[in-house]
This record gives sequence, structure tokens and C-alpha cells, in this order.
Amino acid sequence: MEHVNWNGFRSGVWQETIDVRDFIQKNYKEYLGDSTFLAGPTDRTRDLMKKVRDLFKLEQQFGGVLDIDTATVSSLTSYSPGYIDKENELIVGLQTNRPLKRGVNPFGGMRMVRQACEAYGYKVSDKIENEFQYRTTHNTGVFRAYTDEMRLARRSHVITGLPDAYGRGRIIGDYRRVALYGIDRLIEEKKKDKKNLEDGNFYTETIRLDEELSQQITFLGLMKEMAAMYGFDISEPAKDAKEAIQWTYFAYLAAIKEQNGAAMSLGRVSTFFDIYIERDIEKGVLDEAGAQELIDDFVIKLRMARHLRTPEYNELFGGDPMWITESVGGMGEDGRTLVSKSSYRMLNTLYTLGSSPEPNLTVLWSHKLPENFKKFCAKVSIDTDSIQYENDDVMRPDYGDDYAIACCVSAMKIGKQMQFFGARCNLAKLLLIAINGGYDTTSGIHIGPQMPVMTGEKLDYEAVKERFDIYIEWLAKLYVNTMNVIHYMHDKYAYEKSQMALHDTDVHRFMAFGIAGLSVVADSLSAIKFANVKPCINADGFVGGFETSGEFPKFGNDDDRVDLIAKEMTHQFIEELRKSKTYRDAEHTLSILTITSNVMYGKNTGATPDGRSAGAAFAPGANPMHNREENGALASLNSVAKLSYEDCRDGISNTFSVTPDTLGHDDEERVDNLVAVLDGYFLKNAHHINVNVLNRQTLVDAYNNPELYPNLTIRVSGYAVNFHKLSREQQREVISRTFHEAM
Amino acid sequence: MTGQIHSIQTLGATDGPGVRFTIFTSGCPLRCACCHNPDTWEQGGTETDASELIKKAERYREYFGDTGGITVSGGEPLMQAGFVTEIFKLAKEKGINTCLDTSGCVLNDEVKALLEVTDLVMLDIKYTTAEDYRKYVGCEFSLVLEFLEYLQRAGKRTWIRQVIIPGLNDNEDNIVRLRDLIRSNSVVEKAELLPFKKLCEVKYENLGLEFPLKDTPEPKPQQMAELRVKLNSN
Repeated sequence: MEHVNWNGFRSGVWQETIDVRDFIQKNYKEYLGDSTFLAGPTDRTRDLMKKVRDLFKLEQQFGGVLDIDTATVSSLTSYSPGYIDKENELIVGLQTNRPLKRGVNPFGGMRMVRQACEAYGYKVSDKIENEFQYRTTHNTGVFRAYTDEMRLARRSHVITGLPDAYGRGRIIGDYRRVALYGIDRLIEEKKKDKKNLEDGNFYTETIRLDEELSQQITFLGLMKEMAAMYGFDISEPAKDAKEAIQWTYFAYLAAIKEQNGAAMSLGRVSTFFDIYIERDIEKGVLDEAGAQELIDDFVIKLRMARHLRTPEYNELFGGDPMWITESVGGMGEDGRTLVSKSSYRMLNTLYTLGSSPEPNLTVLWSHKLPENFKKFCAKVSIDTDSIQYENDDVMRPDYGDDYAIACCVSAMKIGKQMQFFGARCNLAKLLLIAINGGYDTTSGIHIGPQMPVMTGEKLDYEAVKERFDIYIEWLAKLYVNTMNVIHYMHDKYAYEKSQMALHDTDVHRFMAFGIAGLSVVADSLSAIKFANVKPCINADGFVGGFETSGEFPKFGNDDDRVDLIAKEMTHQFIEELRKSKTYRDAEHTLSILTITSNVMYGKNTGATPDGRSAGAAFAPGANPMHNREENGALASLNSVAKLSYEDCRDGISNTFSVTPDTLGHDDEERVDNLVAVLDGYFLKNAHHINVNVLNRQTLVDAYNNPELYPNLTIRVSGYAVNFHKLSREQQREVISRTFHEAM
Repeated sequence: MTGQIHSIQTLGATDGPGVRFTIFTSGCPLRCACCHNPDTWEQGGTETDASELIKKAERYREYFGDTGGITVSGGEPLMQAGFVTEIFKLAKEKGINTCLDTSGCVLNDEVKALLEVTDLVMLDIKYTTAEDYRKYVGCEFSLVLEFLEYLQRAGKRTWIRQVIIPGLNDNEDNIVRLRDLIRSNSVVEKAELLPFKKLCEVKYENLGLEFPLKDTPEPKPQQMAELRVKLNSN
């Protein structure tokens, strides 16, 4: 198949079938040079960015939400076109008709929409209330099917953050397909897939898929309509870089108009765009300033994206995140790097537009990456604290070289794999429930197998392990069942029509479970094993606290005695999960990731045997507990690196904060040393790291004088936030974390 | 062979070239006014086997890259020269780069043997006059000069470091003398001027000691930059 807009591209199977990877492999130019070619922002970009910053300021002054359209249900064509500054925008399209105005999306759940509106002084219009009176939302469906035990698990917070009241997210449409093929071709292919179903036996699976394909085709059509409202015809492939970026953005915009999933990630677009940019530069119709300007304008649009959330949601996921994750860099299967000039241009937006949490820039690191690129990344980290790193060398064998990260740490082949997102369970709380024989002292709920309370002068390690095993087995099954209900209902009532239209019809599904409190559990079990832990019985006859005496090894000191407890725990948990069948035969995966919910999880968990007091925050993700490290930063990294990616295929998040002076005497040393740290950590087969290079004092100042730090961005667990957008409690927790500092 | 160590810093990023596994030994004969590790002055610390330390250090090999390795600092490593020699010997057997961070206040046969297995010496030259050494360090400057002379004769790769303390050594004369010293010793491949820091004040408090420089300000970055220019000028 040929198309005039493909002139200049090298041909390949990508022309015959939908195969963006093949197009990239045949056409991209790897870039091994340094960053000196980069251009700064143009005057146009500066002016536009000033308007955007003013809007952000206004949004803050309005309490975090500038405006809500309470009379329109968010969808692809439900709003008239919106602009920041129509004449001066290169890439156009907003979620609603005005910048930062939030739409309502009741398909996931009406209750959450109502609460969110009320929290900001709005009321859902009668029109929408009436419409949804006769319409089942995802949330309604889920609660129809939830069992008593699932409700208890939810209420006691042993499983939390379940996507049962809004969009599940964590699905990445292959938005590039719209640019490469145009909508008409994509519709044609989906129609073929639908036709192919006709010859088979029609039963549950087939009928569901048949209906889904029909919805996908409808929504591809709507994408075209939406673009037409902005004056663009996206039926055909993009003809130049500007169109490629615009077409891709329209596809992404369709997804965030349709869905309000927690994480609405972008994929891996930089090197794809680079092919178009290079073609235009060769033709002489684009220069470096123009190329940067296009990427800048695209990124400005991404920074404008918002969803309407409730205050409770913000408590879990602070900072109003969208997880517009863009994966940058990595190596190809043929040994060439996938770093292109546009990988640099994408990171350069942190300079041209200033640092920012969104898009969530994620560098796929390999020790084989070009040295120049490694150094540039390290420099950007040191300057902006805005990027995260994930180990391409451990992911590539599983996902090939055209995967991307959804949310924080979840890898998937773009357009070929998706996941059913499943929040996380609180393993530290589960340990306490096990010790109390099926009673949660924090919520006062009896849950799980009912057994005698473990009493006595000293908890016996083997007895506690044996007891814990019973509860892990119980919770794992309940967790899978709960997820199955949620995702059955999401498919039924809030199916991602736009995003799934940008996947292969035959898609591989993951079901992503999670653990919170891993370091608390590891240290607690270590205390029970190596020190003396005496359970303290409260007035109700339950264990309400512990007296721990003696020394015990703590996670984060590169000590196998405890590190292997943590590793074994993740292995045991995923094995238990695998015993229960999943909805649509999804593949079980596990993450060690908390976002900012470690604060809330801790709040809902009693005192633990490791000496952590009741209500105290957990460490985020797979991090060791705060201030328990005695041998410096690398010992802490080594401990986390021992967790196995094979057991935690949905990612292992680690947040690393180091003071500039600890990393080196000057910028050059800091860059070199950070590169060495990243190389070393990933050579140890670690999976992920957030890097912050800053002084604690900066955060304390920002805590006290937020107005002086409007753009202070820091990496937390798996994403970045504007520090001032975190709750006071979350801010205090971030400040209390370990800052690696060598004296 | 065992020795007394105070602590380990697995991310030693300012203790020599690259990322280093830094071992702080216990015990120091000096009492420098600007010392940022007063907790390592006394003998004592944890009795640790050299081979244990190397086993630990090896867990960080991946971070060393082409430039990093092991640094022994203190305290004063020369006080346990035999022990440090053992550490370095074992390190070299494993192909790990060795760096010695010292004040250069001792030079005997044991120390000379240690230098045999040392890849890089970071020599801390605190002041450039005998008077200042007597007043603020508690040892003879001539010992340090003798040490440097030996490094020169032995052709040992050397970095020189000096902590700049406002009011004590932030003057032009001192920098000029330091410059001359560096120029007359070709083994010196790098000289670092480090700003005096007060981060260690809390350590003094914890030890119930008076921090002699508690009223001395930290030098301004601008001043540091000027002194560095001076050091490298003709």
C-alpha cells in the first residue's frame, strides 16, 4: 500500500498491516551526539507559556479547580473547540471549550462526580442527573456485584484505591497510529477484524468482542468529527511533522475526553515524531527552532490536561496528576539506541517551558545508552527533579523495543497489551490482622479467617509466618475476585472505546495487583525473627501495639537477612494471586508502588513490630523506611535492587533523594556521579528510580513560603508533582523522608 | 586482619574520582579546628575484618564504572596503616581502584608499604604555614611537606585538597603558597578547594564538644570561585 503522505519514508510491512514499530525501525535516525544542537523557546512559545502560567496561577487562586462544566457530559464532540490563544497555537485542542475548565465524566460513577462538584462549590446539572438516573455506571455495576467480604475489605482499607468509582486508566492507546495511517485506514482494519468474527461460533467472548469492535469503529469516527470541529481532516495520514503531532494529539485528546482514568499515559512518541521532523528538516521546511517549537506546543497542551477529582482521591494521589507518561530513549532489539534528537527535544521542554510534573517524562535506561544522552538526562535531573528512570535492559526481553510505561512503572507493548489496573493491598495491615486472628483494630472490623489472637511474651517467627501465610492466601483470592468484578463492570459500562480502537483487536491483558507497606512488613518480620517482639494486649483483648527490644536488620542496608524477607514476600504474594482465575484470562502482575497513598495507608494502620507507631506514614513504593539506613545511599539502592522484576512485572518503584553536595563538588562531578549511580543500580537489575537532587531545606522553605516556589517540582513515588499541590500532610511526609547526605 | 572502623559510606561521591565505597577508620592524632568528623577522633569504633570490608565493597562494583573504587578516609587512616594496607591489597587483587584520604602527618615504613598499594593519594593540606599548622591542627607542617616530598619521589598520583575557612586561610597569600607547592610537585594532578561547611556542628553537640569555628561563616560561592581562579592563574 502506498500513500502520497508517506513519500520519503522507507517501505516495510508497516504499510500492509498496522505496525508502528516497523515504521519506526525502518525510518528513525539514532542520535549519538550531545545536546548542543538544541534550540531555546521562540518568542511565540514564551508568550503562550506566560498565558499558561497565568492560568495556572488563577487555577490555584480558585482552590485548585478553575471551572467545571456541570451541564455537559464529557465526550469527544460534546464541547465546542477550546483554545488558549487561537492565533498563536501550533497544536490545538482542549478537553473542554475553555482552558483548565474541567468536564464531568459520570460513566465511571455518578457519586464521585457529584462529590467532586460539591467540593468545589458546584452542583451537577439536573440534565445530567436525569440522564444518568436511567443509566448504569461502572460504579453502580460494581456495587451490585460486590460481596459482603469485598465491601469489608474496602471499608477496612486492607485493599484500597480500587478503581470502582471512576475510570480505571492505565491503558495506553497507540495514538501514533492516527498520524501514521489516518482514521479511515484504522476503521477499515477494524471492520475487517469484525468481519472475521462472523465465521466463528458466537458465544460470550465473541459477542462481547463484536460489540466492542462496533463501539471502537464508532469512536474512530467521532475522533474524525472532533478534529473536524477544529478544522482538521484526520482521515488520511499526516503529511508533515506538524500534522503528525497534531493527529497524535487529537487521538490522545479523544482518550482524555472520553475517559477519566487515574493514569492516562501517552506512550512513546518522541522518536516517532522525530522521523517526521527529520523529513521536514531535510526538505528544508523546518529548522531546529521550529522543531522545538512544535514539541513545546504539544507539551503545553499536555500540561493543560485535567480531570475532576474528589478531595478523597487527592488524599491518595496528591498533586492533581494525570500520569501523561512519555517514555524516552531505550535501546532497540537490533542494538541501535532509540534515542533520537527528539528524545533530547522532549527533555528540553523542561528548560524551554520550565520544570513540570507533566508530562511524566520517563527515561528508559540501559547501560548501552549513548554516554552523551546519559549525561544530558543526569543534568536535567539535577536541574529540574522532573524525570524518572526505568530499566530498559530488564523490560526489553519481556516487552520488546516498542513498549511504554503506563502510569509510573507499568510496562506494556504499545497497542498490543493493556492492563486492568488494581490499586494495592496493605500488607502491613494484613500482618496485624493475622496477628489479631482476623480483626482490624484500626477500623474495628472482623475480617478474614477468624482465629485466636497471638499473645505471649515474645512472638515466634515461625508461628507468625505460618499465620501470615493463611491470611495472604485468603487476601490474594479476595483481591483477584474483587478485581474481576471491577473490570467486568468497567468493560460493560465504561469501556475505553477510543483507546481500545488504537490497540490490536487481539490484545494481551494484564491484571495489575499491588502491595503497599513492603518495607514495614519486611522490617516487622525481621524484628520478630532477630529481636524480641512482645505483643501488647489492649482492653478489648487484641494486640494494639508491640514492645520491641534488641537489634534487628532493617531493609535498606544491603543486608540479605532482611532484604530476602522482602523479596520472598513479593514472590509469595504473586504466586498466591496466580492461583485465582482472572477476568478475561488476564496475566497476573504485581507492583510495589504507592504514589502518595503511603501516607493514607499508614494513617489507617496500627503500630507495627518494626517500631513504627500507629498512623505513621509508610515509606513510598519499595523504599526502605525513613531514616533506618546506616550505610548510605547505595546500600539502600542495593536492597531495593534485590526485589525481582520477574515477581513484580508491574514495576518496583523507588524514590531517591540526594543533596547536591553529596553527589559531587560541582555540576560536572554531579552529572558523572549520577550517571554512575544509575548505571550501577540498573546493572544490579533494579527496575525504577525517581531522582531528586535537592536540599531538604528547600522543601522546608517551600512548605513555609509556598508562594515563593510556584514551580518547585519533585519526584515522589512513580510520578512528579508540584510541591505546593500536595496536602500539608503529604508535604510533611516528603520532608521527613531520607535525604541521602554524606557528611 | 582487623582494624577499627567508624562507618561506611556506600555513596562516596566526593571522596576521590567517581563513585566510591568509603571506609572511615577510627582514631586521629590531629584536632583540626575545621574537622567535620570529630566522632572519628577517638580510637575505638567497630573491629572489622579487612576481607569482610572487601566483600561488602564488591557489592558496589557496578557503581564504580571506570573511575570509582574504594576510598579509606577517617579518622586518620595512617594510624592503622597495616590494616589499610591489607584492605588495599585485597582490593587490588579484585581489580578495585584504591584511594587514600589523609592528612599526611605520618611517614614510616608501614605507611610507605601502604602507599605501594595505593592508586591515588588525596592529601589534605590544611594550611600553608607552620604557624597555622601548630595553631589550628596540632602537628608540624614539615611532616606534611615531607609526606608530599615522598609522594613526589615515589611518583604517586596525588590530589591536593584544602578546606577554605573564612578568616583563616581564605587569603591570597595562602592560595599563592598552595599554588607554588602544587607546581613544584609534578605528581599533583588536581587541587580541590572545598568550602568550609557547618553541617558537622550537630556532631560536636552530640559529643558534648565545643565547635571551635561555630562563629565562622561558610565561604560564599563567589569567593570560592575567585580563589579557584587564583589557584589556577599564573
